[in-house]
Amino acid sequence: MIAYNTLVVLSGCALLGVAAGTVGTFALLRGRALVADAVGHAALPGVAVAALIVALVGADPRALPPLLAGAAIAGLLGVLAVQALTRTRRIREDAAIAIVLSAFYAAGVALLSWLQTLPGAAQAGLSKFILGQAAAMRAEDAYIAATVAATCLVLVLLAFQRLRAVAFDMDFARVQGLRTDRTDLLLLALIVLVCVSGLQAVGLILVVALLVLPAATARLLTHRLPRMLALAAGCGALAGAAGAWVSAMRPEVPTGAAVVLLAALLFTLALLFAPERGLLARLWVLLRRRLAADTEHFLRAAWEAQEAAGAGPGTAGDRWAPIGAVAAARGWSAGKAARLAAWLALRGLVARAEGHVHLTPRGATLARRAVRAHRAVEHHLLAAGTADADSADRLADLLEHGLPPEMAARLLPEPSALPASPHALGAGR
Amino acid sequence: MTLQDFLMLDLPPLLAAMLAGGTCGLLGSFLLLRRESLIGDALSHAVLPGIVLGFAFTGARAGLPMLLGAMLAGLAAVALIAVVQKAARLDPGAAIGAVFTTFFAVGLVLLEVTGARSVDLDLDCVLFGQLETLVWTEGRDLAALLDPAALAALPRQLGLMAGVALVVAVAVAAFWRPIKLACFDPAFARAIGLPSRSIELALALLVAAAAVAAFEAVGSILVVALLVCPAAALRLMTDRYTVQVLGGAGLGALLGAVGYALAGPVPAALGVDLALNAAGVIGTLGGLVVAAAALLRPRRRPAAAAITA
Repeated sequence: MIAYNTLVVLSGCALLGVAAGTVGTFALLRGRALVADAVGHAALPGVAVAALIVALVGADPRALPPLLAGAAIAGLLGVLAVQALTRTRRIREDAAIAIVLSAFYAAGVALLSWLQTLPGAAQAGLSKFILGQAAAMRAEDAYIAATVAATCLVLVLLAFQRLRAVAFDMDFARVQGLRTDRTDLLLLALIVLVCVSGLQAVGLILVVALLVLPAATARLLTHRLPRMLALAAGCGALAGAAGAWVSAMRPEVPTGAAVVLLAALLFTLALLFAPERGLLARLWVLLRRRLAADTEHFLRAAWEAQEAAGAGPGTAGDRWAPIGAVAAARGWSAGKAARLAAWLALRGLVARAEGHVHLTPRGATLARRAVRAHRAVEHHLLAAGTADADSADRLADLLEHGLPPEMAARLLPEPSALPASPHALGAGR
Repeated sequence: MTLQDFLMLDLPPLLAAMLAGGTCGLLGSFLLLRRESLIGDALSHAVLPGIVLGFAFTGARAGLPMLLGAMLAGLAAVALIAVVQKAARLDPGAAIGAVFTTFFAVGLVLLEVTGARSVDLDLDCVLFGQLETLVWTEGRDLAALLDPAALAALPRQLGLMAGVALVVAVAVAAFWRPIKLACFDPAFARAIGLPSRSIELALALLVAAAAVAAFEAVGSILVVALLVCPAAALRLMTDRYTVQVLGGAGLGALLGAVGYALAGPVPAALGVDLALNAAGVIGTLGGLVVAAAALLRPRRRPAAAAITA
């Protein structure tokens, strides 16, 4: 049975993840993701000063709102500092972000060490904001984080059209008469809000990951913005809730680390297994393409071996070509040629016997098409005077695959003719 | 404050702060000119798992395993950033953000799992630095400065930092021209046959080493301040390469010394009861120096004036 408090905290972290995923998507598309890093780190002195003021006034030092307000103000100051530094034109944005995050954080560290020497409990538990500690969250803290996150979501939905325009095509948005500077400012404000609401759960060092990782995961999975937003929100919610749960069970594990590792796990899975952009999918496409090219080369070499054996151009004749001759013509090892022959035999494109291959009717059709494409490119290159016979052969090897038949027909107008090869066939070229 | 106090309590942290500042300030200029400041940020976070593992294997804060682990972790992070950036088609910033946070999180969890967390290596050291804990028990008088036995009792972090500083300085001096070319015109450097990739890699390795050496002094995150702030301040003030690089190193060392002095010894000498975290003060000073440089920088003559002149 999960305690009521834990349940509230989990829901709060899930909602935080939704907001971070949504805002992070726009931040990522706009190339602004790392601003969150500066904002998060910059929040530390804000929290420290706010705690000091609260202690001076004598209010409840555990109350969250003043601390978060301080964090938000400091975060905004950090963003402004980044922009001011970038405006010098000598310090680029990346360096400006690094300067602001380290200097603000350092100021926070110095302030914290000073607070520690003061009487009273002004600094008690402030360091939990650095790495996050969901286990220490009370229900009312979770409500506050959830409210801020919900505000972000509403703002994103209200400004959806503008944010989309700015994220994809800044210049077009400007030409359309949108106030892009205002939209940019809104995006920055949203980033600050998300960072602040994530302080207690994730901590200020790692809150940037909550904005980047779910959005990057979604980016791998889809091209469409609405789907990307939904996926990023889902990943964020999952990582947020699961991370908070891990940390509630094992308080010594910093929540921020747990949340980030879960988000990183989702990202890694997407990176490997995404249907189109995943590494495995792309490796599969690459291997299939390579096999297709090898197939065409084998068939063409078999055809040309028959031609060289006297069948004459354009007719394959009913001859058997030695696999060794194919391997020599392509410069392949005997093993590779034998494996390809076995594969093509399996596909019913060649018949195999005693180290020779014979094109089946289907194989002959494919082989003729490959020869035609190859020679079309060769003759075209020669006619254009861009290559001699040898380099035309090599260039054509690269170009012919995937050359559509219409294109070959444009290069070689007579449909039935198969021109002679411009160079000698066989090995040793 | 007596001389003995200074030698025992203040000299080691002062030296550590200056060595860390000088090493990082030197390398920071190259990062800034190569537009890789964020790589410095990423590396300083990403070395954490390597440090923790190196610590866990030896069970003590021995310099070499931690250095080795950190350099491996740094290399892995740089390689992974390149892979993620290419494979996921992210912009460099987002790829860096995705990778270094993950490494840092792994380091934090390893710190718990391996039991490396102890009096020696704890979260506070990672987050705030531990300059103040460096003491030289044998530093009783000036004669100890020349006494090998007493010098051997210096905190061993100082030895590691001095070693890294020496290696970095020698490497920079030996490859002055190639590095310069690789900073300003990587394409040209490649065209004339310089091993541009190797220089890049070596630079990353040196930054990782500097990050470990400085890590114990100022903490994981404030290394970033030492890597970026001196270089950026010099970049605002000068266009001359030599001034930029050497000045960066000097400013870094100066920041370390002044920051440490302001954090404890100076207020104490003035009779003020104020002891701040030295690393925090150093980083804050770094930010202030950049801000001052941005305000005071020499304005370049406008182009129109140059034409009519």
